[in-house]
Order: sequence, then C-alpha cells, then structure tokens
Amino acid sequence: MSDQYTISVSINGTQYERTVEPRLLLSDFLRHDLGLTGTHVGCEHGVCGACTVLLDGVPVRSCLMFAVQVDGHEVTTVEALGTPDDLHPLQEAFREAHGAQCGFCTPGLLLTLVPFLEENPDPTEHEIRDAIAGNLCRCTGYQHIVDAVKLASARRKA
Amino acid sequence: MKPASFEYYAPTTVDEALAHLAEYGWDAKVLAGGQSLIPMMNFRLAQPAVLVDLNNVAELFYIRPSRDGGLLIGAMTRQRQVERDSLVAERAPMIHAAQPKVAYPQIRNRGTFGGSIAHADPSAELVAASVALGAKFRLCSRRGERWVPADQFFVGLFTTVLEPDELLVEVALPPLPPRSGWSFLEVARRHHDFALVGAAAVAGLDGRGRCEQARLVFFSVGDGPVEAHGAAGVLQGREPTADAVGEAAETAAEADVDPNSDINASAAYRRHLVKVLGRRALTEAFARARGDQ
Repeated sequence: MSDQYTISVSINGTQYERTVEPRLLLSDFLRHDLGLTGTHVGCEHGVCGACTVLLDGVPVRSCLMFAVQVDGHEVTTVEALGTPDDLHPLQEAFREAHGAQCGFCTPGLLLTLVPFLEENPDPTEHEIRDAIAGNLCRCTGYQHIVDAVKLASARRKA
Repeated sequence: MKPASFEYYAPTTVDEALAHLAEYGWDAKVLAGGQSLIPMMNFRLAQPAVLVDLNNVAELFYIRPSRDGGLLIGAMTRQRQVERDSLVAERAPMIHAAQPKVAYPQIRNRGTFGGSIAHADPSAELVAASVALGAKFRLCSRRGERWVPADQFFVGLFTTVLEPDELLVEVALPPLPPRSGWSFLEVARRHHDFALVGAAAVAGLDGRGRCEQARLVFFSVGDGPVEAHGAAGVLQGREPTADAVGEAAETAAEADVDPNSDINASAAYRRHLVKVLGRRALTEAFARARGDQ
C-alpha cells in the first residue's frame, strides 16, 4: 500500500484537489476520479494516441503520465473544446467531412490538431498526415480526417 | 494492466535526486519523460520499488553553446525543444535531422534527450547519432562526476555504464571538424515507426580530398548502436569514390553487423539495408564534407 499524494491541478480551467496513489495514470485519473470520459484508453503504451490530452497546452499521452505529475499544471481534455450544441470549429469540420465513425480516436486527434492548427494555420496534406502520425484510426482510413483539417483551415483563412 | 505500486519522489534539484539514488540504488528507477519507462511499467515488465521523478529538476533543462563551437544539452531537455532549437540546427545538424524521426510529436513533447540516451534502446536515433558525433556524457553521483564518451557508454541491450546511484546530467556535442560532413538515414515501414535499420555517418577529408576519418554507426541491427569499424578501415586514407564507398558499405553489411531476424525484418533484409543505407549515408556525408551540399 503506497502513500497517498494530494495534487492540485487545473483541468479545463477548473481547479481540482484530489488525493491519489502515485501509480494512478493520468488517463485513469481523468476518467475515473473526475468522470471526464472523453479521454479514451486504447493501448496504454503510447502508440495509439486515443488518450492524448494537452499538458500546459502541449499534446501528450495521458496513459504515459502519472496523475501526481500534473500537480500544479494545466490539463486540457476534449470536453473543453465544445459541446454538442456549440461545437469547436474543428469538431464542426469533422462532422461535415465525416472525419469520425466510431469516435474512439477522435478526442485524441482533436487535441493533437488544435495546437497543430494554431502553429500551422495553412498546412499541406503531407504536414497534416505527419501531424496525425501518432494517432491511429481503425475506421476512417484517415482521408476524411485529412479533409476535415483542410476544411477547418480553409475556414480559418476565410 | 496497470503499474505496480511504488514509492514516489519528485526532487527539485540534482543533489536531492542523487541522495535518493544513493539511498535506494538498484531499487530505484529514474523517471524522465516516461515515454519508454511508463509503457514498461504499464505492462509490468518493469516494477521499480522506487521512482525518482526528474521533471521538476529545472536545472537539467537547457541547450547552451559550448566554447569549442559545440553544444551542451541538459539531460531533461524535451526532445520537442531540441527539434525546434536554432542552435541545434546550426551546431548539430545531424541531431536536428534525427530528432523529428523519433516516434511521434506527442512522444517528443514529453520525452527527453537524456532519457532516450540513458534508456539505450537499440533502435534509438539519438543513441546512434551521439556515437557517430563523438558525444560525451556527464554522469553525476554523490561520489563525484565523470565524463564518458558515447562509444563507451552503451554496453548491451538497454544497458549502459550508469551505476545505480548515477544520473546522466548533460550531453556535450562537439562541433563537426573542418572538412567533414554528416548523414542520418533510416528505413521504417511507416513514418515514425521504429526503424528497421538506421545509419548515422560522419566523414572527414584531409587536405587532398582523401578520407581522413569515417564514422558509420548503425541502429536496429543488434543489442545497441553498432559502429562499422571495418567500413571505416576500408576508407581510411583513400579517395571516397563510389567504388570505395560501395566496398565500405559491403564490408559493413558482411563483417561489421550481425543482425537477428525478428517479427519486423529478417537478418538478411537488415543486412541488405545496412549495405544500402551505409552507401547512401557515406555518400551524403562525403558530399557534405566536400561542400557539395
């Protein structure tokens, strides 16, 4: 039985104080302790990207961090992007371009792509595919995801 | 699977971290970026009793110019930062070329320069590049400090000369000598996959255009980075013509490496890649040395 640690972390702009075991993964902390189940768990070894969240604005694998490590930091999950009635522009583009089927990979992709588009507002197809290389999708074959990103970036320009 | 329990320490200085390692020795594992260690812990392939987390040790995050024209990189510097740094692009172009080939962006956002080196995965780009570049590693413990050249640091599968109470704190990258060039190539089935085979080359010419030194290091061909000494010997003192380079690459494939077959590639295919990448890497490195590129 290991010690319990109290952490203070900002998730989607809300401050949380919780007590956790050191071995608790950030992905499990978000899903089970906070009920934020938008972050998905696919492989637990860093290759599928379904668990991707933003740590201080930067995409990381939440399955490869311990909750104790985000003490004092800011985490952004897919729940921050939008709601069904008020979709983020990227979510809207995914909807229109059929970039999601089962939706399992989608949160990880969205959180990977939001900072990517901030830095690369007008990406080439090659740059988009490179940016999503760390996110596996079993349903779409990726083309519609690429289309969604192109649609979102075209709209930003307009 | 979830990780087994462990005691957790998050020091804020190197001294504090070293005190923990001195106390716990082999029972402790250092947590840097966690992109290699935590997957192992999630599968319970690794079950350290104690984890010493370096992510709050601010003094280990830096990229500085060194007086010899090279670079000093703090061990905890995020690979993302190394990838984007203009000083790295200028003074260590091989690292600048190799860094984006490591895993995926999300991994590089958290993974560290020193962590990849200390982990010593035989497929690691930064491991092979550091050997090819003649990097030196600064290791610290409460007993003192020592510098170890990269070509003496990696001694086996996921094994380095790091003692249980030692930390890798800094990587010193020397400048490329005058009249020398570099190349870094790898073959993988998909972008960002682990390399099937990779090659890091540094080649230098003397005043008469003949090979003064050739350092060719392969990764994903054995238990660690493999330096092709035979290939280097073939080129020493010779003009690096296409024939000479071809002969060196064949020597590398036939005599310098002894790859195994595994689920990703057969030994024969790996040898073939060694020959092809060896030739391409040496050709490119010599071209850069001549100033062609």
